[in-house]
Amino acid sequence: MSKQEKRILALTSVCALTFGIAPRVNAMHIMEGYLPGGFCIAWGVLCLPFLAAGFFSIRKTLREHRNLITLLAMSGAFVFVISSLKIPTMFGSCSHMTGTGLGAILFGPTAVSILGLIVLLFQALLLAHGGLTTIGANTFSMAIAGPFVSWGIYLLCKKVRINRKVGIFLAAALGDLFTYCITALQLALAHHADVTMGEALVEFLAVFAPTQVPLAIIEGIITVLIVMGLETYAKPELRAIGFLKEAK
Amino acid sequence: MKKTVILGIVLICLIALIPLFVLKDAEFGGSDDAGSQVVEEVDSSYDPWAAPILETLIGGELPGEVESLFFCIQTGIGVGIISFIMGRFVERKKWMKQEEDSARDCN
Repeated sequence: MSKQEKRILALTSVCALTFGIAPRVNAMHIMEGYLPGGFCIAWGVLCLPFLAAGFFSIRKTLREHRNLITLLAMSGAFVFVISSLKIPTMFGSCSHMTGTGLGAILFGPTAVSILGLIVLLFQALLLAHGGLTTIGANTFSMAIAGPFVSWGIYLLCKKVRINRKVGIFLAAALGDLFTYCITALQLALAHHADVTMGEALVEFLAVFAPTQVPLAIIEGIITVLIVMGLETYAKPELRAIGFLKEAK
Repeated sequence: MKKTVILGIVLICLIALIPLFVLKDAEFGGSDDAGSQVVEEVDSSYDPWAAPILETLIGGELPGEVESLFFCIQTGIGVGIISFIMGRFVERKKWMKQEEDSARDCN
């Protein structure tokens, strides 16, 4: 384990350091009113099947194992905490993480879409952060696309038998990063009047992606730490959910 | 295990805090404005057609202090839930000694 951990540390430090120091600004969710109406509706509708699937998935999980509500609440709270922490980055701006990786690994990607929606609603209503008109697009990027990537990467790592902690780290970090790539794509799709679509996408990616890299690394580490804590103290729940099958 | 946790936390603090000291003249702000600036760059004719609901209600920008209050509330709710549940798990483990023995092979 310690060898694996050392490898993670080496990898993360390299990642953190290779991205030089260049002051740059960034953004998080798509701001209120910054998507044309058609796009707002389209993204919102696109989210509906996922939200419905998430609702059913949560209902099923809770019906089978009532006590799993603790873990579910914890995944939700994790998103709450993580997405409220704005962290300064090497690019001279602040951004925050998504925290959806944990829930996606534990409960599957659709369940997280509900948790993410709750957080986005909170932020849109109280914090002027994100917005009600863009909530569909934001839900899609943060609570659907990101978790699906996390989940996929976690399953992939499990399949090729990479150390589980490395898998969790990669899943959480890449899911976080992907969230912001999707946000950039959404903005580029809606706004490319003056330049070509590709140029707009590059422009938005340049704003979002680099800032998010150190944060993705932090998110990966935090998620691994939380899972380690859960593995120590919440074995029955993790088994019930199928996360710790082999440990029995 | 303990070492990993401490290393992880130290690493997080380093990644988060080093920029503060290295980039002394940076603003570390403009989170929401920055995206809007790029929108203006690539699509100069676009006008945002809605404003955040709270800002519409109070008729102006949310004061920075109040915004940080809301962010603190959000963090507080989350941390409260996590620590409450984690505390329950930790206590419960004390009552389930045999569980612990049988599952020590976990990693």
